[in-house]
Amino acid sequence: MNTQTKPGFSIKALLIFLGVLIANIAVNGVIFVFFRDSSLNPLLTAVLAVLWGVLGVYLIYYTFTWAVEKFPDRISRRVLPYVFIGPAVLVLGWLLVLPALRTLYLSFFNASSDKFVGLGNYIAIFSDRLLATALRNNLLWVFVGTLACVAFGLLIAILADRSSYERIAKSIIFMPMAISFVAAGVIWKFVYYYQPGDEQIGLLNAIVMALGGEPQAWVSMLQPWNNFFLIIILIWMQTGFAMVIFSAAIKGVPDDILEASRVDGAGEIRIFFRIIIPFISTTILTVTTTIIVFTLKIFDVVMVMTGGQYGTEVVATQFYRQFFMYRNFGYGSTLAIVLLIAVLPVIIINLRQFRKQGGF
Amino acid sequence: MAGKKKRRSKKWIVNIVLGIICFVWLLPTLGLLISSFRPAADILETGWWKVFPHQEWKTKDTIQLSKDVDLRGPIEVNGQTYTDDQLKSGVMQDGKRLTWENRRAREISVQDQGWVGSSKLTLDNYKNVITGKEYTIKNADGSESKEKGTGLSQAFWNTLTIAVPATVIPVLIASFAAYAFAWLRFPGRKTLFVVIIAMLVIPIQVALIPVLKDYTSLGLNGSYLGIWLAHTAFGLPLVTYFMYNFISQLPKDLFESAFMDGATHFTIFSRLILPLSVPALASIGIFQFLWVWNDYLVSLIFIGNQPEVQVMSMKIADLVGSRGNDWHLLTSAAFISMLMPLAIFFLLQKYFVRGLMGGSVKG
Repeated sequence: MNTQTKPGFSIKALLIFLGVLIANIAVNGVIFVFFRDSSLNPLLTAVLAVLWGVLGVYLIYYTFTWAVEKFPDRISRRVLPYVFIGPAVLVLGWLLVLPALRTLYLSFFNASSDKFVGLGNYIAIFSDRLLATALRNNLLWVFVGTLACVAFGLLIAILADRSSYERIAKSIIFMPMAISFVAAGVIWKFVYYYQPGDEQIGLLNAIVMALGGEPQAWVSMLQPWNNFFLIIILIWMQTGFAMVIFSAAIKGVPDDILEASRVDGAGEIRIFFRIIIPFISTTILTVTTTIIVFTLKIFDVVMVMTGGQYGTEVVATQFYRQFFMYRNFGYGSTLAIVLLIAVLPVIIINLRQFRKQGGF
Repeated sequence: MAGKKKRRSKKWIVNIVLGIICFVWLLPTLGLLISSFRPAADILETGWWKVFPHQEWKTKDTIQLSKDVDLRGPIEVNGQTYTDDQLKSGVMQDGKRLTWENRRAREISVQDQGWVGSSKLTLDNYKNVITGKEYTIKNADGSESKEKGTGLSQAFWNTLTIAVPATVIPVLIASFAAYAFAWLRFPGRKTLFVVIIAMLVIPIQVALIPVLKDYTSLGLNGSYLGIWLAHTAFGLPLVTYFMYNFISQLPKDLFESAFMDGATHFTIFSRLILPLSVPALASIGIFQFLWVWNDYLVSLIFIGNQPEVQVMSMKIADLVGSRGNDWHLLTSAAFISMLMPLAIFFLLQKYFVRGLMGGSVKG
């Protein structure tokens, strides 16, 4: 293929490149419109889509690299990297980077995005009662949820490490991570289910009754404590994640240190706090930040369990409500930006860590 | 030595405590699974744990009190006297239990303890939730009513239609980009990669409003293409980062010798890098697939309420909203949506865990 080795600019190569560009835009444009407007059987659409996804995307790269190689070596070597990263950069730019900037811009405008209000939206979301509840609940989620996940994860990792059935136990605790929050919501809604009368089919109420207590509608009554019953779902799902990572870290604690301290007469609890915890402190920090980021954006659980009613609103559900129900793009954008600001420290930590690892 | 012995003796405590935790962890899912096989009326009548054999009081006999017995005073039954309250909560007599069967009609039931286990299990819930056809259902009071099926099979195929391309496309695009970032030198490389790292934990909410506006003007709302592209974009930073970590660790001489043979970057990538990256591709592919499969927010925003393209998570969330007490539907529907993740979890656990660990930075 690499026949054009003579130096200088080649008109022919440029024409080929333009031809490939236009052909790609045309062909994929047609496929784009076809998929957009097609009303085929979903299974057939899926098969065609996979074909397009694999072959189509592959062909884009193939034809472009082929065209770029027609250029003189000196130029093609410079252009080629952009062919490789091009699609990724275009998709990211269009659907993530630019929208983020546009959202920031919209957050300074009113509900219908036609009047500049400065920081008005930001002041409003901290003073509006519903939004303030959302912020308070999010803090509750982040604080209680993360703390419990990390504590349970650590405890179970330690126990599993010393038990005789580590693999099975870890599988059981980890399994909820695989399922969706919506399914988990159904599972726990059933656990918390309350019906008037003597016969309770919800597990929690049945236990409460067996212990002589009064059955309750756990997720709708008892505000603001009902939030805790929702947070339990997060704990149930995310503890497995913390556990698996801690488990790997604990196995990295050198055996001779543990043996030596045991010989010195240190008890297991003392060993745990004085040796294991300091040894895996970086891991604890990583797991904590990861769960915090995850919890900040919590949405599905609340949506399925209460729809944000009964004082269980969080920022992400309030975002959805402002955006879709009240059509208030100003508040919606501002809430999204508040979430972004909340994860900003993590972004900075990530970047710093990446630089430290000698990424570049 | 003494320490070791002591530890061994403590092991049974660890085993028991861990066993209890595991049991508690499994219990909610177990309840869902068992309930999904119970007849609709049974689910609402008794708790799911009643399917296991357990001892229960069963009425053997009834005693009819005469009309002139004062229920407020002591009541004489078989030669012994009881108060009204005692009979309300049940009272023992000669190994049998006496309790009101019907206080108005002055009937006392004499109950015996016996083993019962409801073995009435059925696949009807699954049938009803999968099809979209009408079916009849027996109510708790014995009456029958007609209901329309949920049509979850349609949603299942929709979810698959969305999830497979939304996994393949980003993984392919990201691998090309990761290769360029790892092994090619070009201006802007550093800046672009820093942007990708910064995008790792970005809440997708910041993108939703503008993207929805663009989609509306392009006519992409509620289309497969729109949701593939959305998932591609939201998954790309993580997949690129994950693949970069893998591809940049490959030995350098691999590339050099291939270059010597006159291979182009494209051939190196497709003949050498992709086959070598299969474990990494599998791990991150599984993560992205499950992410899309379990997604609710992105579908909710970009699919909206077009029933013909709705995914399972939306269908189930709708069921929770509209049929919140119909546990026969909810339990079986939720379990169907869990089948794919659980199958992947148990069959491909190694890749699954690795992908999840690598993917954990995504929010």
